Amino acid sequence: MATAFDEMKGHDGIVRPAYGELSRWLAEVPLDVLNYRRREAELLFRRIGITFAVYGEADAQERLIPFDVIPRIIAGAEWRRLETGLIQRVKALNLFIKDVYGAREILRAGVVPEDLVFRNPAFRPEMSCQRVPHDIYVHIAGIDVVRVDAETFYVLEDNARTPSGVSYMLENREIMIRLFPELFTRHRIAPVENYPEELLATLQSVAPLSAVREPTVVLLTPGVFNSAYYEHSFLADKLGVELVEGRDLFVKNEIVYMRTTQGPRRVDVIYRRIDDDFIDPLTFRPDSVLGLPGLMSAYQAANVTLANAVGTGIADDKAVYSFMPAIVKFYLGEEPVLKNVPTWCCREPEHLAYVLDHLHELVVKEVHGSGGHGMLIGPSSSKVAIEQFRAKLKTAPKNFIAQPTLALSTCPTCVEQGVAPRHIDLRPFVLSGRDKVRIVPGGLTRVALKEGSLVVNSSQGGGTKDTWVLDG
Amino acid sequence: MLSRTADNLYWLSRYVERAEYLARILDATQRLSSLPLTYVGTSNEWESALTTAGCANAFFKHYDEADEANVTDFLAFSSANTSSIRSCFELARSNARAVRTALTMEMWDSINGTWLELKRYDKGVTSREEFSRFLRWAQESSLRYDGSAYRTMLRNDAFWFSRLGVYIERADNTARILDVKYHLLLPDNERVGGPLDYFQWAAILRSVSALTAYRWVYRESLKPWLVADLLILRDEMPRSLAACYEVIARDLDNIAGAYGRQGTAQRQARDIRNRLHNSRMDGIFQRGLHEFIGEFITENNRLGAAITEQFLI
Repeated sequence: MATAFDEMKGHDGIVRPAYGELSRWLAEVPLDVLNYRRREAELLFRRIGITFAVYGEADAQERLIPFDVIPRIIAGAEWRRLETGLIQRVKALNLFIKDVYGAREILRAGVVPEDLVFRNPAFRPEMSCQRVPHDIYVHIAGIDVVRVDAETFYVLEDNARTPSGVSYMLENREIMIRLFPELFTRHRIAPVENYPEELLATLQSVAPLSAVREPTVVLLTPGVFNSAYYEHSFLADKLGVELVEGRDLFVKNEIVYMRTTQGPRRVDVIYRRIDDDFIDPLTFRPDSVLGLPGLMSAYQAANVTLANAVGTGIADDKAVYSFMPAIVKFYLGEEPVLKNVPTWCCREPEHLAYVLDHLHELVVKEVHGSGGHGMLIGPSSSKVAIEQFRAKLKTAPKNFIAQPTLALSTCPTCVEQGVAPRHIDLRPFVLSGRDKVRIVPGGLTRVALKEGSLVVNSSQGGGTKDTWVLDG
Repeated sequence: MLSRTADNLYWLSRYVERAEYLARILDATQRLSSLPLTYVGTSNEWESALTTAGCANAFFKHYDEADEANVTDFLAFSSANTSSIRSCFELARSNARAVRTALTMEMWDSINGTWLELKRYDKGVTSREEFSRFLRWAQESSLRYDGSAYRTMLRNDAFWFSRLGVYIERADNTARILDVKYHLLLPDNERVGGPLDYFQWAAILRSVSALTAYRWVYRESLKPWLVADLLILRDEMPRSLAACYEVIARDLDNIAGAYGRQGTAQRQARDIRNRLHNSRMDGIFQRGLHEFIGEFITENNRLGAAITEQFLI
């Protein structure tokens, strides 16, 4: 693995232009002040109640994601290229899902293998031949991007189900403005605070045709015990829509209503933060108490829009991911702007053979895994761990993919010993409405706080940073 | 608004109000029980505090003796008691968390802050001084929440439901004190009780923060029937039954106005308010103070049920 590209100092130690002002400021400001501000930020987060839950940890009912006070900066020109690539990718994702549940041209053309779709647990046969309002499936996408050098961004993962983290993007910015007003006068930073505005416009634009002029949008949450509950309530508040649980809704004559103090009120668009499996016990998991019985019937009658649509998990799959460059070319006839990380699908025998031979240098992930669980990072794993993983891989090769261990870029980060480089990634949020695709400049930067660690997931000791896209 | 949201707001306010009331009872009891026996007689003030708080039965499932240590622990800190001060704040906060979107930033900040500060008392307290500080803190927390709600909420249904919670709970609390102590307030009691009862009357007033108010309203020494009058009929006394029902009836009318619809809850509330408005103390004593209060508690509960039925489910 090559030495990592530092976003402030590049490979050669010369401060890159976008970081000029920040680097001067970092040289001026005493470490005490940074540490003091860090504690202040933590208090603010605690006070506002921005917490997340880690499942399976008794005392961790409400934990804070560590926040790093040093921002991550992206130059305007870099961002424009990223943006073009993100829009292209999400358009292709939407066309792909529409095709998979519709004409299936891509399968007939042999570009994507059939069994990869039909045998995929995220494939929803219920959605076959089912048109969704305005043919949009992935209204909100979180595309995980990593950077390896000055020029190259890779897409690491497409989150097409219910991507989370946008509340951190917004709150991180608020906290930074409160803590470091002087830094904001020294930079021209593109704002992100209009995200809720854009999200609401997106959701309203995809209301079913039967809806009234001002469609009723709600946000459906699994409830206070969900790890992302804070985000759900935060977004509902910023959107100015009701935050509902399954029990607040009911379906009558294939129309969804919510129970209000003034009686039932019709619901047109549901921004749902509940997985497909739990959304309707009559169609999917019968033991789900989170969902709404009959929701799928209303959905199939085109009386309600679900955002994201049911069955988008198919595009979220890591094996499907490896076909993304081909998918982009197939639907758009364009070369993908954003690169895919070279991926070995262990379902292919020759790929598997290569992976087994190179386990010590590869990252191996579960096809349907998330949150950084169930993965092997070859270079940093013990021999024993590698051998254990080898056995797992051999028993169910099709559940795994492998990628080279990328030298994720680093960014200066405030840690115990002072300011030091730590690996980061980026999750921008892409909104697809009937009228257009919207992206606010920035996203959520996650940082692996442990020295040398490449795992940025909050459930495994990752933190977050504010992400600045410079204007101009 | 969602029925569940209204329900959460309503109960959130009730829990905070209840926590404050418990703190006041404990404060008054602590004062009373620290007086020499010649001033207060031999009655067990701690047991009386339990009855006033409405959890005597639950208490004796966990403890044998109603002494200071047991009662303060049960009413203030116990997790086994779902109506302890700690439980009230915890329930309030979990209700708040479920309806974050319906709260203003200030309200959330105050209830979440209270919940965070509550952790300081995880192990209870070790001295009377510390306990007094805790009681003051609990009262201040309630004031802070109530103030932030009052000063920052939009005047719409969310506000009215949250106010209804405060006043239904407050009316219930005032009525409970009267119910437990009614025998001290009967007009013929003055002769029986003599100076002994002064401190009891003062304690009653103190637990509804009305000791100073009494002097301003009547400009007389403490007389039991005036204490009863203050807590039942005086409009200007914010914890009197009459004052609570002024607000309850008005807020229900506000809701009816906004929704363009009247219902059982509105009719019941107006009915209770009018009866309080048209009552006089001598009439109440003639019919029987105890019966009057018992009926009031029942009707107040019935109104609570009607509100739930009409709006909250």
